[in-house]
Amino acid sequence: MDLPSFPRGLLAMVLAGGLSLSGLAGAAETIKIGVAGPMTGGYAAFGEQFWRGTSQAAEDINANGGINGKQIELVKGDDACEPKQATAVANRLLDQDKVAAVVGHFCSSSTIPASEVYADAGILVITPGSTNPKVTERGLPTVFRMCGRDDQQGPLAADFIVKKLKAKKIAVVHDKDTYGQGIADAMRDRLKELKADNRVVLYEGLTRGEKDFNALVTKIKASGADTVYFGGLYNEAGPLLRQLREQGLKVNFLSGDGSLDPAIVTAAGGPQFVVGAYMTSVREARNIPASQKVVKKMKDAGFDPAGFTLYAYASLQSIAEAMKATKSTDGEKLADWLKNHTVTTVLGPKNWDAKGDLKERGFSIYVWDADGNYKEIAQK
Amino acid sequence: MDWYILAQQLVNGLTLGSIYGLIAIGYTMVYGIVGMINFAHGDVYMVSAYLTAICLAVLFSFGIDSLPFALLATLAITMLITAAYGWTIERVAYRPLRGAPRLAPLISAIGMSLVLQNGVQLSQGAKTQGVPSLIPATLRFGEGHDFVQITLVQLMIIVVSLSSMAALTWLIQRTSLGRQCRATQQDRRMAAILGINTDRIISTVFVIGAAMAAIAGVLVTLNYGSFDFYIGFVTGIKAFTAAVLGGIGSLPGAMLGGLILGLAEALFSGVVNTDYKDVFAFSLLVLVLIFRPTGLLGKPEVEKV
Repeated sequence: MDLPSFPRGLLAMVLAGGLSLSGLAGAAETIKIGVAGPMTGGYAAFGEQFWRGTSQAAEDINANGGINGKQIELVKGDDACEPKQATAVANRLLDQDKVAAVVGHFCSSSTIPASEVYADAGILVITPGSTNPKVTERGLPTVFRMCGRDDQQGPLAADFIVKKLKAKKIAVVHDKDTYGQGIADAMRDRLKELKADNRVVLYEGLTRGEKDFNALVTKIKASGADTVYFGGLYNEAGPLLRQLREQGLKVNFLSGDGSLDPAIVTAAGGPQFVVGAYMTSVREARNIPASQKVVKKMKDAGFDPAGFTLYAYASLQSIAEAMKATKSTDGEKLADWLKNHTVTTVLGPKNWDAKGDLKERGFSIYVWDADGNYKEIAQK
Repeated sequence: MDWYILAQQLVNGLTLGSIYGLIAIGYTMVYGIVGMINFAHGDVYMVSAYLTAICLAVLFSFGIDSLPFALLATLAITMLITAAYGWTIERVAYRPLRGAPRLAPLISAIGMSLVLQNGVQLSQGAKTQGVPSLIPATLRFGEGHDFVQITLVQLMIIVVSLSSMAALTWLIQRTSLGRQCRATQQDRRMAAILGINTDRIISTVFVIGAAMAAIAGVLVTLNYGSFDFYIGFVTGIKAFTAAVLGGIGSLPGAMLGGLILGLAEALFSGVVNTDYKDVFAFSLLVLVLIFRPTGLLGKPEVEKV
C-alpha cells in the first residue's frame, strides 16, 4: 500500500463500519418514518412546518415509550414542490431509508405522483396539507389525508361570493399548479351550479415565484370585476393583494387555505393591504382545545405552530396509533385499521371514509382585520 | 382598450423592464470580460434584498426618523456589503478556475447560487420576509376610475436604472478603468503583458455588477415589500434573458433587453393572456436570436487568430 492511498482506505473502512453499525441499530430499535415536503425552495416554510410538527410528535411519542417499545426515527425527504423530485424522494425513502410509513407531501402536484410510488410498495402515507380531490380519488388504498378537499372549500367560497357578497363581476386567478388551479376550478364549477358562471369576467393563471403582478392587476381593473378569487399560496397572494390595493382597486378578495397564514401579512408588506380579505380554510388548529398543550410546548421552544404544523403532528400521531393497535407496519393493515377506527389526535378525534378522506367536512370562512389577525365568520 | 389601461400597462412594463435591466447589467459585464455566465448573480440580488431589510430595521431601531437619510444610508451600506459578496464570490469560486475549461466555472457558478440560497434559508429562515410600505406617494393622472398611476418608487426605479446604465457606459467608454476593462475583454494575455492587472480588473467588474444588483435589491424591496431566499432564481433567469436579448456583453443592450422583456410581458399579459406571457417573452427571444444571433446590440464575435 502506497502512502497517499492509506488514509483514504482507512477513511473508507471507518465509514463502512459506521454505516453498518447504524444499520444494525436502525433494524433493532427504531421505526423509520419519512417526512416529505418542500424543505428547500420557495415553499420551504411549509416544509419547515411539517418537520417541526412531526419532530415534536415523534419526541412526545418516544417519551411515552414509542411504538410498541420501538422509537420513531424521522427521515427527511425534500421535494421542493417539484413533481419529478417528489417521485425521486419517494423512491429514496422506500429503497434506501426503508421507511415504514410517510407523512407528506405538501403540494398536491407532488403528493399525487409520490403517493403512486408509496401505494405500489404498500406503504401508508398521510398528507397533512394536500387538498386536491385527485389525491384520494384514484382508488389507492394506503393514501390518506389529514385535511379537507378543494371540492369542499371551493364551493364554500362560491356560495359566499354569490349569496353574501352578491358579486356582479368575478375575476378568477390561479397559480397554474394542481392545488391552485384545482381549487379555482372547484369554485367556478359551483358558480355554474348556481347559474352564476356568466359573472366570471376573467380567468387567468399567474407564475409562481414572481412578485410583479401589476399587469394582471391592471387587466382586472379593466375587466371591471368587483370580486377577485385567487387559487394559490400566500407567497403570491400577498403581493397580488398589495398590488390590487396600490392600484386603487377596492374589490373583494377571496382565497383558499394556502393563503391563510400569518406570513401573508409580511408577504403583502403590511396589514393595511390584507385587511378585509376573505379566506376559506380548515379549523384553526391552534385554537382547538385538544391542541393547547402541544401549542404551548412548541411556542415555549420558540416555534409558533401555525399553518400545517399541527396537521403534520396529527398525521404522525395517527400513523403511530395505527401501528400500536395493529402491531404491524404493513400499509394495507394500517389503512384498514384507520378506515374503521377513530384516532384521538392533537386536532381532536379523526376518522376516515373508504377513500381516505376525513369524515368531518369542516371548512369555514375567515376574514383579516386591520391588525393582521384573522377570525372566523359565523356561518348561517 | 381604454387609453388609461394601455398607459398603465406601459408603466407596469417599464418598471418591470428597468428592474430586469439593472440586474442584467451584472450578467452582461461579467460575460463581456471573462466570457462566463455568473449564475450566482440573481442570488447576489436576493442577498441585497435581505440586507436592505436588515439595514432599515437597524437604522430605525437607532431612532433615525429621517426617511431620505435612512434610505440613502441603506442604499450605501447594502451596495458596500453586496459588492463585498461579489468580490468574495469571484475570489472563491471563479478565480481558481481561471485556466479551466469553460464548463468548470459555470458549474462553480451554479454551486455558488445554491450555497447562497441555502445559506440564506438556513440563517434567515424559509419564511417570506418583508418591509412595511415606506413611500406610499403616488402620482395619478386622470379622473375618477379612469386614471394612470405611477408610484414614487416605480418612478425611482425607472430613473435610477436609466442613469446607472448611462453612468456605467460613461465609465467603460471614457475612463482609464474602462479602457483597462475593454483591453482585458479584447485580449486578456496581451493586456496583462502591457501592465494591466487583469485579475484586479475582473474583480472590479464583479464588484460593480454586484453593486448594481444591490441597487435593484433596495428598489425592488421598497416596491414589492416582500422577498424570500428564492427570489433570485426567477428574476435572475429573466434578467439573464434580457441580457441575451439585448446582446450579452453590451451595457445599453442589457437595458434595452430588459425594457423590451418587461414591456412584452406586461402588454401580452394585459392584451392577451397572463398564462402565456413567459411563452411570448421567450418566443420573442428565439425570434431575435434567429435573425441576430448576438442579440439586438451585440457585436458579432470576431474569430481570434
